[in-house]
Amino acid sequence: MSNRAVRRFGEAAFSPARVWAMLLRYLYILRSSWPRTIELLYWPTLQMLIWGFMSQFLRTNSSYVAQAFGVLLGAVMLWDLLFRSQLGLSMSFLEEMWARNLGQLFVTPLRPYEWVISLLAMSVIRVTIGVVPAALLAIPLYHYSVFDMGLPLIAFLVVLMAMGWALGLAICGGILRHGMGAEGLAWTVIFAIAPLSCIYYPVTILPSWLQPFAWALPSTYVFEGMRAVMFEGSFRTDYLVTALALDLVYLALGTTIFFIAFRDARRRGALLQMGE
Amino acid sequence: MRHIPAMPDPVIRVEKLVKRYGSTVAVDGIGFTVESGVTAALLGGNGAGKTTTLSILLGLLLPSSGTVHVFGEDVLRHRYRVLPRINFSSPYVDLPHRLTVRQNLSIYARLYGIQGRTERIALLARDLQIEPLLDRPSGKLSSGQKTRVALAKALLNEPELLLLDEPTASLDPDTGDWVRGYLEDYRERTGATILLASHNMAEVERLCSEVMMMREGKIVDRGSPGELIDRYGRTNLEEVFLHIARGARTLEPVS
Repeated sequence: MSNRAVRRFGEAAFSPARVWAMLLRYLYILRSSWPRTIELLYWPTLQMLIWGFMSQFLRTNSSYVAQAFGVLLGAVMLWDLLFRSQLGLSMSFLEEMWARNLGQLFVTPLRPYEWVISLLAMSVIRVTIGVVPAALLAIPLYHYSVFDMGLPLIAFLVVLMAMGWALGLAICGGILRHGMGAEGLAWTVIFAIAPLSCIYYPVTILPSWLQPFAWALPSTYVFEGMRAVMFEGSFRTDYLVTALALDLVYLALGTTIFFIAFRDARRRGALLQMGE
Repeated sequence: MRHIPAMPDPVIRVEKLVKRYGSTVAVDGIGFTVESGVTAALLGGNGAGKTTTLSILLGLLLPSSGTVHVFGEDVLRHRYRVLPRINFSSPYVDLPHRLTVRQNLSIYARLYGIQGRTERIALLARDLQIEPLLDRPSGKLSSGQKTRVALAKALLNEPELLLLDEPTASLDPDTGDWVRGYLEDYRERTGATILLASHNMAEVERLCSEVMMMREGKIVDRGSPGELIDRYGRTNLEEVFLHIARGARTLEPVS
């Protein structure tokens, strides 16, 4: 058509503008509902308060906590980071399901991997909104700053975010495959791995036959690594390298599950029908 | 030597298209072409295979076999070369409810990479008379308003091919007539090709120069509305539709 009035640039194989469009969409949604924003802040803050007071009590009654006050608080904050990372990705994905919007989105030039990038970016934003205020609040309340961990904190954050994304992508793949009946996975799967992640206790507490399963999770290395920093003042590089390697494996698995499920949804016609 | 001008490629070319869901055959080996600048319709009852065919054309659904070319591109292999040039509207696929109309349109304009999207949205809002709705949540619109907003979304990228699934379903006669008028005007103004799936016979008679009658996943007849009416000896397309939908005739026209 020679007399086109509209200039469009939809052909590029990757477009940061399309990623930004999707990110903007999730930000509009977040902004349009203050209860959702409050919810982001609510649980991390509540967890921090419960474990903060518990830690204060245990400091005078337990040599474990007395050795390194904040070990429980640090653990709860890092756990919440992992949970929020997975949930942040899954929630943005579920917004599309609830809106029955996949049929509209995927007749545009939006690529599935651009959508995934926007989901990851939204996960970072949701984690920041949820976890940072709780971490800051702990400073005046308990004179404990998770930021005192310094550079290791950044390493823990990277490992846990990546693990949350891997889990989130696999869960979204499950929902794409099985429909909204599988929606509950977004809230429940992460708790199944909590006992094995050894958030509040060392791996050695677990029965010996269970310990290899715990060591197969990147999160276990983070919590063991955090205790090494707090109790021994040492940063376990070996833990970090292993956790990052495991993250790569899980990310590859999660991404594969998601894209296989997406293609399967196209084969079944589910992109048009999927929703509440 | 006399130069014979080559026939332009049809905008849509579908060959031997089949879609099966297990043992159910939704589309059963259909083939058709739609030429540039034409408004064509897939007509048939519920479950005839119209929406399935549109979904395959859009790349939302993978066929079991067959080929689909749009603008000469194989949609199954190169859908991203095609998608920027087409758009789609259906009353059964809503825009996200909690976003305002302006937010929704702005996001889709970004997804299509439209330059000057504010002006484009303003122009479409004026044309489609949705200016007062721009800052209202999309979920709080009436059916007629939603249809006009969905049409604005479908025209954001000034598509060369517009695919419409029952474009006036659930609209009152006045709004339905307005939408049909707008679509006619759009096609004349831009030279776009329109393919719609419908079971509104009056709409198809008014808008379309080509009709493909579908039943049980097959195209059982085709032609202009006038040709079909004459061929079946009926007075309007609705009678032809009822005749075909009730299975009184399959491939042979009535005498």
